[in-house]
Amino acid sequence: MDALDRVVKPKTKRAKRFLEKREPKLNENTKNAMLIRGGNANLTVTEVLKDIYAVKKPFAVLYKRKNITRPFEDQTSLEFFSKKSDCSLFLFGSHNKKRPNNLIIGRMFDYHVLDMIELGVEKFVSLKDIKNSKCPEGTKPMLIFAGDMFDVNEEYRRLKSLLIDFFRGPTVPSIRLAGLEYVLHFTAVDGKIYMRSYKVLLKKSGCKIPRIELEEMGPSLDLVMRRTHLASDDLYKLSLKQPKGLKPKKKKNISHDAFGTTYGQIHMQKQDLSKLQTRKMKGLRKRPAEKSAEDGGATPKKSKSA
Amino acid sequence: MAAVRVEAVLAAAEEQEAEKRRSITVEKELELEYDLGNLLAMDRNPPPAAALRGAGPRREALLQALARDNTQLLVSQLWELPAERAGGAGGPLVAQLPEPTFPLPREKPPPKPRPPTRWEQFARLKGIRRKKKTSLVWDEQAKEWRRRWGYRRAGGDPSRAWLAEVPAGADPEEDQFARLRREKRERVARNELNRLRNLARAHRAGSAVPAAPLHPTGHQDRDELRRVARVARVSTASLGRFQPRLPKEPAEPPSRSGGKKRRFEPLLGNLAAERSRQLELLRDMGSKKPVLDITRAVNKQLRQEEAEAAAANKGKKQSKRGKRGRRQQRPGRSSKKSGARRQPQQKPAGGGAGGGRRKKA
Repeated sequence: MDALDRVVKPKTKRAKRFLEKREPKLNENTKNAMLIRGGNANLTVTEVLKDIYAVKKPFAVLYKRKNITRPFEDQTSLEFFSKKSDCSLFLFGSHNKKRPNNLIIGRMFDYHVLDMIELGVEKFVSLKDIKNSKCPEGTKPMLIFAGDMFDVNEEYRRLKSLLIDFFRGPTVPSIRLAGLEYVLHFTAVDGKIYMRSYKVLLKKSGCKIPRIELEEMGPSLDLVMRRTHLASDDLYKLSLKQPKGLKPKKKKNISHDAFGTTYGQIHMQKQDLSKLQTRKMKGLRKRPAEKSAEDGGATPKKSKSA
Repeated sequence: MAAVRVEAVLAAAEEQEAEKRRSITVEKELELEYDLGNLLAMDRNPPPAAALRGAGPRREALLQALARDNTQLLVSQLWELPAERAGGAGGPLVAQLPEPTFPLPREKPPPKPRPPTRWEQFARLKGIRRKKKTSLVWDEQAKEWRRRWGYRRAGGDPSRAWLAEVPAGADPEEDQFARLRREKRERVARNELNRLRNLARAHRAGSAVPAAPLHPTGHQDRDELRRVARVARVSTASLGRFQPRLPKEPAEPPSRSGGKKRRFEPLLGNLAAERSRQLELLRDMGSKKPVLDITRAVNKQLRQEEAEAAAANKGKKQSKRGKRGRRQQRPGRSSKKSGARRQPQQKPAGGGAGGGRRKKA
C-alpha cells in the first residue's frame, strides 16, 4: 500500500463534515472557479482576472501571486490547486512574447483537466473604465450566444459549453423578474469572439413584457482562439453521464401523448347501482311496511320468537 | 353612421396596441434556442460580419443593438413563464424556472455505493439475514429491564466479574482474568484491522475496473498505471524504439511481456524435484479423468448457484427465506452437477448436503 492508497480518516466531526462536503454528490454543488495569475502576467491580464473575479465572486478564488506553470505543458499544478480549493473551473492568465495577453479557460472532471481553451485578449475594457452603475455581487447573468460559428465548429461548440459552465452560476428553481439586470453577450464573427457585458434597463412598454434597453457595464473583451485541449469523446461522454438517482421515478399507469395530454388508467370496483341514491321524492319513498320487510327480508323474524 | 364610428375606434385601438407591441417585438430569420433554466439563449443567425469589421464605435453600437434584440427575446420568454408574487400580494414577481436542459459535464463522477464488506459478502452467500435485537432485555437477577450493551448492562459487565471459570483441561496456575482480558483485546484489535481492510478494499474497488481506455479519473493503481504506460510505450510501429524516454526509464524499450525474462531450471542440480515433476506429468497424461482444480471448481459451483438464485429471484418477488433455505430444498440438483466430476476426490460418506463439501475445498 503506498501513500496514495491510504484511507484518509477524519479525526474530528468538523473535518468529517469538510470531507463530506467535497465528496461526489448526486445533486452537485455550484462549480467554483479559480482565477490564477501566471508567472509573468501583465497589467491587462491581471485586470481581466480581477474583473472576472468580481463577476463570479461568491463562487471564485483568486490566486494573485505569481504561479509559474504552463497548463498546456504540465497540468499537475492546476490539478493540485483544484484539489486544494475544490474548484473545477479555472482561468489562467499569462503574457509573453509568443502569446501576448493570454487567457486559458478550462474545466476539470474529478480533479483532472477535461477541456482547456487558450484565448488571446485583443482588446479589454475594464469594469472601472466605464463610469456607470454596476450590478450587485452574485447576480445570475443571462447568457446569450450569437453567431453560427458556435454551432458549426467543434472547438467553438466546446467553448460555448465551457463559457456557459463558467458563467452560469447556481441553478435556481425561481428568479425575481425585476432582478434580471445583467447580460453576458458572446458574438463569434470572423474568428473573433466578442464578449460584452451589459446592464439591463427594464422600460415600460405599455404591455406586460417590458422593453429592454442596455447599458455597457464591462468587462468587455475581444478574444481570439489559440491552442485547445479538448477531452476525448469517451471521457467527455463519461463526464456528461448523469446518475440514475437523478431521474424522476416513472409513475405507473400514466402516459402522455405527443400533445402533452395525460392519459391515466384507473382501476375501480364495480359500482352497485341498486344502492344508488337518486333524487328524493315523496312518491318514491318507501312505505313503512316495505321498509320493515327489507330490514328482515333475509332473515325472517322467527328467531325473535325462539 | 354610428357603425362607422365604432369601426374607426376599434381600428385605432388595434393600431395603438400594435404600436405598443412594436417596441418589444424583434424580427429574426432563425428562431433563437432557449434554455430558460440557465437563462440562456442561442442565436444561430450569422451576425453582419462586414459591418462588424468596421471602426470601433460603430462596431460597439452594432454589438449593442444585437445584444439588445437578443436580450429582448430572452426576457420576453422569461416573462411568459408562470410567475407569482413572493411573500404575499406586495412582494416581488418571481418566475418559476424550468430545469436546465443544456448538457454540461459533471464536476465529479456520480457517487458509488459502498462495496459490501467481507462479512456482508459472506452473509449474502449464506443467506444470513440481520436479526433485530431489542435494546432492552430482562435481567433475571436484578429483576428489571436493562440495556443489552454498555453501562449497567443486563447480566453485569463480564470484564468486571469477580469470578472466572477455569475451563476443563486448562492449566490451573493460569490467570483466567488475564486470559479473558487478553482475548478481548485481541478481538478488538482484529475487528479494527478488518474494518480498516474493508475500508481500504472499498477505496481500491472504485478503480479496480481494468479500463481499456484509461481515463484520468478516479483513484489509479500504481501497477495499473505502470502497465498502461508500458503498453502505450511499445505500441508504435517501431515497438517503442524511438519513443522519448522519461529520466529514470531504461534505454531498452520494455518487452510486451513486461520485462520478465524466461527462467529455466538449472540443468544440473535438484534431481528429486525433476523426477517428481516428470512423474506427475506422466500420471496426468496417462489418466482418463481430467485434472480437477478443486478451488476453481468450488468457486465455479458457488457462482453458478448464486446466478441461479438471482435468476429465480428476478422472476418472482424476493421470497421470505434466504438462499440457505432454498438450497436445502433441492440438494439433489446441485450435487448432481458436480457429483460426477468430484467423485475421485470425495469419500463416499461426503455425498450429503452442500455445506460439508465446501469446507473440504
